[in-house]
Amino acid sequence: MSQDTKRLSLILLFAPFALWIVLLILLPHIGMVVLSLREKVAPRVYEFGFGNYVDFMNEPIYWNTLMRTGSMSLLVTVLALLIGFPVAYYIAKIAGKRSRGALFLMCLIPLWVSDLIRAFGWILLLRETGVVSSLLVWSGMTDEGIEFLYNDVTVVVGLVYTVILFMIVPLVSTLDGMGDDMIEAGYNLGGNSLTVLRRIIIPYAMPGIVAGCIVVFMLTSGSYLTPILLGGKNSSWFTEQIYDQFITRFNWESGAAFGILLLAFTSLVVWLGLRLSGQSLANTVART
Amino acid sequence: MTDADTYDLECTGISKDFGSFRAVDDVSFRIPSGTFFSILGPSGCGKTTLMRMIAGFEDPTAGDVCIKGKSVLSVPPNKRNVKMVFQHLALFPMMDVYENIAYGLRCAGATKDEIASKVADVLERVALPDLARREIHQLSGGQKQRIAIARCMALNPDVLLLDEPLGALDLKLREAMKIELKLLQHQFDTTFVYITHDQSEALVMSDYVAVMNAGRFEQVGRPEELYHAPQTAFVAGFVGDSNRWTGRAVEVRSDGIKVETDAGLTVIAMAHGNEQVVEGQAVELFVRPEFISATKPGTPDSDLPADNSYTGTVDGVLFNGANSRVLVRGPAGDLIEADVVVTGGADDLREGDPVRLHWARAQSMCFAS
Repeated sequence: MSQDTKRLSLILLFAPFALWIVLLILLPHIGMVVLSLREKVAPRVYEFGFGNYVDFMNEPIYWNTLMRTGSMSLLVTVLALLIGFPVAYYIAKIAGKRSRGALFLMCLIPLWVSDLIRAFGWILLLRETGVVSSLLVWSGMTDEGIEFLYNDVTVVVGLVYTVILFMIVPLVSTLDGMGDDMIEAGYNLGGNSLTVLRRIIIPYAMPGIVAGCIVVFMLTSGSYLTPILLGGKNSSWFTEQIYDQFITRFNWESGAAFGILLLAFTSLVVWLGLRLSGQSLANTVART
Repeated sequence: MTDADTYDLECTGISKDFGSFRAVDDVSFRIPSGTFFSILGPSGCGKTTLMRMIAGFEDPTAGDVCIKGKSVLSVPPNKRNVKMVFQHLALFPMMDVYENIAYGLRCAGATKDEIASKVADVLERVALPDLARREIHQLSGGQKQRIAIARCMALNPDVLLLDEPLGALDLKLREAMKIELKLLQHQFDTTFVYITHDQSEALVMSDYVAVMNAGRFEQVGRPEELYHAPQTAFVAGFVGDSNRWTGRAVEVRSDGIKVETDAGLTVIAMAHGNEQVVEGQAVELFVRPEFISATKPGTPDSDLPADNSYTGTVDGVLFNGANSRVLVRGPAGDLIEADVVVTGGADDLREGDPVRLHWARAQSMCFAS
């Protein structure tokens, strides 16, 4: 009897998760794979083939967009890490117990506002008639307003701003777990600040660093709103290509192939990153 | 030979304030080379702060710290030749045993060959030669302990600080590690400064013990001095077990003091400590249980000390092997603890038995309070 209840409760608990995995993750992706392997030979006539992928290979602009998305996402990840690490270190190790919560909350507050509003905020600041440009004109540093939007720098800045929180949270939690005595031992045994950072703090925080990087990289390379709104039509983000194929050109087969390619590409980058850092998914993302 | 050669560590008048709270208050001491020096005190007495000042993690508000005769106040922690075994050891979990030990040697700029030979050598000396490539989480508690010491000793420190490193171990292992630490100290022939709140650790291992309370050193001395000739009531109460009574000195003579305890017991005692006891003064009285002999009435007691002699009844027997004890309800109604030998035979004291207690006046330590 109790055995049955246990099993039943397990099934009931597990059901939503299983449904979510199967219905919203597995099925759509299987559908995408199947869709991407259909070649259109005539209107409403399809046959199995790798044509959509071959098209991708033969068209440099697709390739370039994917590479550009990948490299810019890596840049955003690196920047988020460089900016996020000191912030996380300050919150976890230097700030007092009371200010820690407040600081963490301040990092979280931007999340209460949607991506769209945040991107719009940047637009208000950076457009030709925006705050920054007006200030420059008013102070006499330039004669005419400057358009800060629609370039790569703005896109990168906007993306870093959007995703940095996802870098800070896992970093804070791993650094929090590191005792102060670990750092003191590092100094006590003769290390200078650089040695302690390089040989003790960073290796200790590695799971958090990798977890943060994976999340940030995935979010960035899959983001749509920020690159489009801040980069305009020239942003050439790969998600934009996918959107184009699906919605504008109504070429679902090709869009599906692009989607699968983006997934494969980002997975490959993450795998490479894990290999290079000597970490595994189990002790990074799964732990935080 | 100058002073600088004989004293590895010397602190003069060091104090540390945290805001308005004085954690360490004008502490001075000198530790001769190659001794095992313990700082014993209850938690919060400032002993960890004192150690952190020696290691350089805190700056003293006043006073000076000298290592091998040279002031180190302006020397940052990573340049001081004082190594520290942390309370939770602080071994680096992302490195294996070899790398943990090699870390300090690398910081000191040793070559690869030097590192390899020194690590092998120090592992040999802590009797763990095969553990070099073991990960930290694979070690037992006692092994971690020894690796933490080896990691410091590989750097040939002038002084090794140990901050209650046995606290996290279970009792059996702690007992074994006490002896082992003493042996290691002998073997390395380095000055150890050991911080603890456990008086038995301090007594067993140390050459000298400083008893610390509320930021000050109450007394510094050999373990047996602290035990038998405490200078203050705090030391008498903190080091070893005692029957402790408060009372009043009713008669002060050169060969003893007659004290009436609050419960009404009259005890002949000897004055201890620096403060004079005058008639009518409030005093604290300490008598160690092992100096009280408890006998059945009728046993010939001619060879027993006669200064203090009382009749009572056994209220309870606390059996603990060789450290067994009886609780005796004395004539004034208060409980007195006395050590007894429990043989398991018919002569043993049992609950409810009448009993006679004796102890010498020299064993009742009286302090002005």
